[in-house]
Amino acid sequence: MYEAVIGLEVHLHLKTRTKMFCGCRADYFGAEPNTHTCPVCLGLPGALPVPNRVAVEHGLRLALALGAEVPERLVFHRKNYFYPDLPKNYQISQYDLPLGRGGSLPLGERRVRIKRLHLEEDAGKSLHLEGRTLLDLNRAGSPLIELVTEPDLKTPEEARLFLQRIQALVQTLGISDASPEEGKLRADVNVSVRRVGEPLGTKVEIKNLNSFKSVQRALEYEIRRQTEILRRGEKVKQATMGFEEGSGKTYPMRTKEEEADYRYFPEPDLPPVVIPRDWLEEVRRSLPELPWEKEARYRALGIKEKDAEVLAYTPSLARFLDQALPLGLASPQALANWLLADVAGLLHERGLRLEETRLSPEGLARLVGLFERGEVTSRVAKSLLPEVLEGQDPEALVRERGLKVVADEGALKALVAEAIAAMPEAAESVRQGKVKALDALVGQVMRKTRGQARPDLVRRLLLEALGVG
Amino acid sequence: MLAHEIRARVARGEVSPLEVAQAYLKRVQELDPGLGAFLSLNERLLEEAEAVDPGLPLAGLVVAVKDNIATRGLRTTAGSRLLENFVPPYEATAVARLKALGALVLGKTNLDEFGMGSSTEHSAFFPTKNPFDPDRVPGGSSGGSAAALAADLAPLALGSDTGGSVRQPAAFCGVYGLKPTYGRVSRFGLIAYASSLDQIGPMARSVRDLALLMDAVAGPDPLDATSLDLPPRFQEALEGPLPPLRLGVVREALAGNSPGVERALEEALKVFRELGLSVREVSWPSLPQALAAYYILAPAEASSNLARYDGTLYGRRAEGEEVEGMMEATRALFGLEVKRRVLVGTFVLSSGYYEAYYGRAQAFRRRLKAEAQALFREVDLLLLPTTPHPAFPFGARRDPLAMYREDLYTVGANLTGLPALSFPAGFEGHLPVGLQLLAPWGEDERLLRAALAFEEATARAHLKAPLGEAL
Repeated sequence: MYEAVIGLEVHLHLKTRTKMFCGCRADYFGAEPNTHTCPVCLGLPGALPVPNRVAVEHGLRLALALGAEVPERLVFHRKNYFYPDLPKNYQISQYDLPLGRGGSLPLGERRVRIKRLHLEEDAGKSLHLEGRTLLDLNRAGSPLIELVTEPDLKTPEEARLFLQRIQALVQTLGISDASPEEGKLRADVNVSVRRVGEPLGTKVEIKNLNSFKSVQRALEYEIRRQTEILRRGEKVKQATMGFEEGSGKTYPMRTKEEEADYRYFPEPDLPPVVIPRDWLEEVRRSLPELPWEKEARYRALGIKEKDAEVLAYTPSLARFLDQALPLGLASPQALANWLLADVAGLLHERGLRLEETRLSPEGLARLVGLFERGEVTSRVAKSLLPEVLEGQDPEALVRERGLKVVADEGALKALVAEAIAAMPEAAESVRQGKVKALDALVGQVMRKTRGQARPDLVRRLLLEALGVG
Repeated sequence: MLAHEIRARVARGEVSPLEVAQAYLKRVQELDPGLGAFLSLNERLLEEAEAVDPGLPLAGLVVAVKDNIATRGLRTTAGSRLLENFVPPYEATAVARLKALGALVLGKTNLDEFGMGSSTEHSAFFPTKNPFDPDRVPGGSSGGSAAALAADLAPLALGSDTGGSVRQPAAFCGVYGLKPTYGRVSRFGLIAYASSLDQIGPMARSVRDLALLMDAVAGPDPLDATSLDLPPRFQEALEGPLPPLRLGVVREALAGNSPGVERALEEALKVFRELGLSVREVSWPSLPQALAAYYILAPAEASSNLARYDGTLYGRRAEGEEVEGMMEATRALFGLEVKRRVLVGTFVLSSGYYEAYYGRAQAFRRRLKAEAQALFREVDLLLLPTTPHPAFPFGARRDPLAMYREDLYTVGANLTGLPALSFPAGFEGHLPVGLQLLAPWGEDERLLRAALAFEEATARAHLKAPLGEAL
């Protein structure tokens, strides 16, 4: 039996107005190439970096949320290597005094340990076109946090789940959009395979995976590859690999001997950033409820385990639920059901995100409440959802359209009997097959309920009472 | 005429900024072809001089700016082929502040490539001659600025000092040069050689002129995270009587100096005693090893700072196979001394060697600083020669180690971050001799106060204009 040992390095783009070390705006996504640049992020001679306080504070939020230890002084280091999209040919990063050390993230019953967190600047992008290389340096210098886990993950699915959890966490903290499709969450994975019970095998690093699916697929492929090598009695070579989306295969980029010597040394342009403990405490106090805390609260409210987990780790749903719950219009589990099934289904169908609709927490809570109190049927409630999604008040819709159930079937039956007694000719006609005559009887009952009975129900009760149908 | 005298005449309306600019420009055009102090001139100088508001505090002054300090729209080469056509789209903070006060950039002065050298012989373009002796170097790396002042091609100059690059040429050319406390002058726009040691330093022909410059350029800058929140008070500090300061003469810098330097030191001590200072000999035991630590730390930072000149984004690009080939061919355009330091710096930062070299040098740096702090509990100022000898002839320091030894007395101030001033203190034959004062961290003003007392007590006897004056 073989097992995999997996560690992740996650790069997250921090949500800041400006870049890590200069005043350029960080919202370059989709912008013309090289329009979000300045002498600092272009590395022009004599330009100097100045640290972005918001980026540091965002970093502190994540460190504190994960329970990492934050030093009193952050020191930036230079990581030296030559690459065309790295304007200074060094990256300002952190080395031995990073933003945070230790901490963990809950994953089911386990906790995945965090080794370290550090702040750094991103590089630009190279575009290879017809034998030429073009550079877009809009991304150069944007703020990144790198999070490195201990090798605590065991399967590709777990690795993917971990990434989703981190994504949910940073979105909840409001420090990153963490959208892989915009390159705001990227991961490198380290994976080795061993026989169960044996010491760690040789690890291989797979770099620049830019979707959760790629992480899972690359790991699946690489674990298979390494397992086969071991089965043949051969040895895995330590290497850095790339992953080709098309074929779903990893390929070697460089071996250990070719690894760069980054010649780290303290960045002389930046004095250590002092983190006063009162600042740290202030940041700690300002942390929002974390996903795992939410999950526990939802479960305490009686929401089913699985639902509580999904809601707590889907920040847009959690935010919505947390606004709907205090209204007391619907039960937590019913709201959960609706959010996870009906709302999610409709959004998926329309290709929309929750925040792109006009659905209000109150609107949904009222709709669910109507259904829960049996004032409308499930079918009616669901039929109203599209309009509620567009911002309409469900109670007004029910009123306008007379959709409210007269819940008491006994009362309706009495009214039915009254109507038959009051209109014997019509009743007789119906018994003889003239169904059209039923309309008069239905009308009579509807008048008595002032339009709040459902016509089809009244119709059914009448037919039953008359022994027809 | 000294800069503060020009200012007084401009303020009284006796001379216009344009007339001053014209006088200096004419002089540069006449004399600089023989000296080589300037790498380029501000072609819009007269236009700018005409437009300047004469009411501004520095209106009428033109400044020679070392060519490793970025000037917007004005070629800035750092003395290197790699940047020979580089025109910065931004201004160094020091230059921006001078301009805002009405001063104008006269031109850009020669230097050893990226500040690496002590003679301007390592300029990629041409060496600068010493106005006191055309067969001798003006010192370096701010040799162009020092020579321009000595020849009165400019009343004020900016240099930069990483291991002595302002003070040594100031000494060789008989002018004043200050290496401020690290962080007092913003480094924004200063093309980095060794960032933790680099400081822009003012150079001038009198203490008052130096104070005028420092009050303009010093002070905190949001664009430089290492700049200090210490507002400059230089001209103010020159007022009032000289306090009875305690002066320490550094024992480790007393042996091996040339006769002219020894004589200047003796005479200076006499003058300072007469001025009411108490004088004693003190020991700075680690100073002799400072040079070794400097030539590890400075190259280490340089190897990283200079990595960006690879032909990709700006500056010269050489042809080569693929991106790597292009980068290699471009970097081959560095001069020999730059290559030597980049290689040394790359080596000392390499894994396996880091602790043995860079790590130990950093530890030494902390010790040197601690020793200096202890010394400044006993004395208020330290005195030592700027260099062991006056200007040497061209070609006399072909051995790189011999050239590095030029920085023996100056690197201490850079490694500790302390302010140090070189002032003209005598002659050896026809060659100027400079002495150096060091003060505690942030006490730059004290250096100028003491030097002014010396200047006045000696009635400027040590200030000569070998080629005459512009005004």
